[in-house]
Amino acid sequence: MNVPHESGTVLRWPYAVRYGTERDYEADVLVIGGGIAGVWAAIAAASTGAKVIVLEKAATERSGAGGPGVDHWQWAADNPGSRISPEELAQALVDNQGGYRSGISTYIQCASAWETLEEMERMGGKIRDTGDEFRGAEFRDEKTKLLYAYDYTNRFVLRVWGHNFKPLMREQCRRLGIRVFDRVAVTSILTEGGRPGARVVGAAGVHCHSGAYVAVRAKAVVLATNRPKRIWTFSSELRGITTFRPPSCSGTGYAIAYRAGAEFAMMEKSMRSSFASPYAYPPYGSGNAINTWYPCTIVDANGKEVPWVDAWGRPVSGVAARCRPVEGQKFFIMGGGSSSQPHPGLPQHLGPKPIPDLEARMLAGEFVPPFYADLAGMPEMERKAIWGIMVGNEGKTRIPVMKTYMASGFDPERDMLQSYDFLRGHGMREPVLPQERTFGEQGVCGGMLVDWDLMSNLPGLFGAGDLLFGGQDHSHAAASGRFAGARAALHARRSSAGEVSLEQIEREKKRVYAPLACSAAGPDWKELNAAVARVMQNYCSELKNAELLSLAKTWLDDLQANEVPRVSAGDPHQLMRVLEVHDIVTCAQMIVSACEARKASSAYLHFNRRDYPQMDPAEWHKWLVIRKQGEDVAVSDRPIAFWGDFESNYRPRHAENAAAMASASQAASRAAA
Amino acid sequence: MDEETIVYALPNRTTPGNPVLFDEAICDGCNRCLTVCLEDVFIPNPQKGKPPLILHPDECWYCGPCVDDCPLPGAIRLNHPLQQRVRWKRKDSGGHFRV
Repeated sequence: MNVPHESGTVLRWPYAVRYGTERDYEADVLVIGGGIAGVWAAIAAASTGAKVIVLEKAATERSGAGGPGVDHWQWAADNPGSRISPEELAQALVDNQGGYRSGISTYIQCASAWETLEEMERMGGKIRDTGDEFRGAEFRDEKTKLLYAYDYTNRFVLRVWGHNFKPLMREQCRRLGIRVFDRVAVTSILTEGGRPGARVVGAAGVHCHSGAYVAVRAKAVVLATNRPKRIWTFSSELRGITTFRPPSCSGTGYAIAYRAGAEFAMMEKSMRSSFASPYAYPPYGSGNAINTWYPCTIVDANGKEVPWVDAWGRPVSGVAARCRPVEGQKFFIMGGGSSSQPHPGLPQHLGPKPIPDLEARMLAGEFVPPFYADLAGMPEMERKAIWGIMVGNEGKTRIPVMKTYMASGFDPERDMLQSYDFLRGHGMREPVLPQERTFGEQGVCGGMLVDWDLMSNLPGLFGAGDLLFGGQDHSHAAASGRFAGARAALHARRSSAGEVSLEQIEREKKRVYAPLACSAAGPDWKELNAAVARVMQNYCSELKNAELLSLAKTWLDDLQANEVPRVSAGDPHQLMRVLEVHDIVTCAQMIVSACEARKASSAYLHFNRRDYPQMDPAEWHKWLVIRKQGEDVAVSDRPIAFWGDFESNYRPRHAENAAAMASASQAASRAAA
Repeated sequence: MDEETIVYALPNRTTPGNPVLFDEAICDGCNRCLTVCLEDVFIPNPQKGKPPLILHPDECWYCGPCVDDCPLPGAIRLNHPLQQRVRWKRKDSGGHFRV
């Protein structure tokens, strides 16, 4: 039911408003962001006996990009069925991105995704085919009843029933006594003396219903918010259904940590993605052969099958062969491909895919559009897996795709779901336009630079999940969150509480509440967001050069100085949205600064400098790191594999984390007895 | 025939304006959907026992926990935007259908 306009009624704001009222709390570990990474961090920290607070902008029970569900538990090389080691897998994942993937959090993921999933099973999550629905399937291990995806020979990606994992995690927070404050939008990280670059002593924000100011003092802070969205594409109305991550992901963690002096790596990478376009279809909601739909057969309008090939272009015959490594490969990481975005990748690691020259062959008359995902023609077990456990549990396909389509009569045993490839552009997932770019909706992207403790350059500030540089996936959020939570708790044990600067709090309050005093004559938050997106589309998009990037910077600085102060808010919810766009402006500025600093093109970074056209020259094969220094941007670099050896860095910390979590739970059991 | 028709001066509505639809005969106004909403699109209905009001339809992510977590089946359903309704083909008959 919509708000009733027709009778002329104007409703009062339904919650008691307390602008400026300050509520102060204390914890050992403060977690910012109650999504997948944040709640895993909170659970791990509390398991060591630490006092934990979570601040979450939305509702922890379901919030986060993975809150509505998960189908693939990626890169669990530590699971009992895996035929490859965490070292092999992590190295392949890093190499496949040309080195531009974090070896730190990727290794944590490869080495502990399974033990994290086992903990989820203990919380009540379903991770095995206990009902024997898939008995005899090629992707099932008959003894453990685990189901695997992609590479059925090497078995390091699991299929799980993740639609209720998040409510189970919220329940675990209750059991562990974690204090969760929902509907609090964090607006700043508090540092010692309020100085950028100093030790982190807490964070503060506003309540999105009451407008009250919330400040938390903590010995360690885990930043676990998502990547910035709405940087290149912003539709004032059609914001939600096509996007893979929630529209409210405003890069706030990036912005507040950057303002506090944290270092960020790989901020220059962005790419075209259907997940960024308001005109696309719901993710995995149209015919395709990727991820959730792997290895679905694609047919043309006459039912003619689109052939599949391996990474070297050799034919792959039959559905079963799409899930096995080919000659020249020990294992493969994902498949399905994407013809609109050729991934540089390495053939020894890439899985089979439909022919990449489909568009040319269609134009030559070999195939007739439109194309369809032929679910009806798939072998029964594969069909039941795709239109069942996968679409039924993937983040945000359960209700909008599975339930909605079936309620309209879609029958996976009889029907073929239409693909929209080539009707609006080209590509095996969804057509996209050059300016429909995204920073982090798809793939590995830039983020906060951290060490093997997942701690940033700011003492006491840890990171987890999507916000980390060069990490990716639900199981990455879970495993890195769990690791960061334990490291933060151990850090807190060794630290005394720092002093919050009252001057910083007062300065921040003034900034945060300013939109309430603006007149409505200025642009609203949507208009400002659309303006940022237009600047980025025009001056920081597919083609870049020094002049274009300089105009991007000029425009963004202009918006920051002259338009941001004019954007008004009428209630606490609108205030949250206005503050989000302030953070989006900051994130856009970070991206432009990094793009200016990289004076070379890179296929791996989808980065095209027309004034430096040579792709991936050796001297630029390195991480670029930006940090705010006063009003300037300090740029530094790191060698590609600066993290050193995986095992010797990971294992002692992992052992320390495990011991801390076990001893606290034994202590709790003793106390209960 | 001579009765005056009352017409109000209103701005255009946000499009799409109904990301979810409630069945008022089933919904008991428990506000569970409001509690789990990731985007805070609802506000409580001033009338107790009635479905929440959709204050920010333009902010909906169409993620579905409001439907998945509703304790009363059928009380709430997602309403797919018209311009993003997909089609499918029945393999044996060639019939074409849509959401």
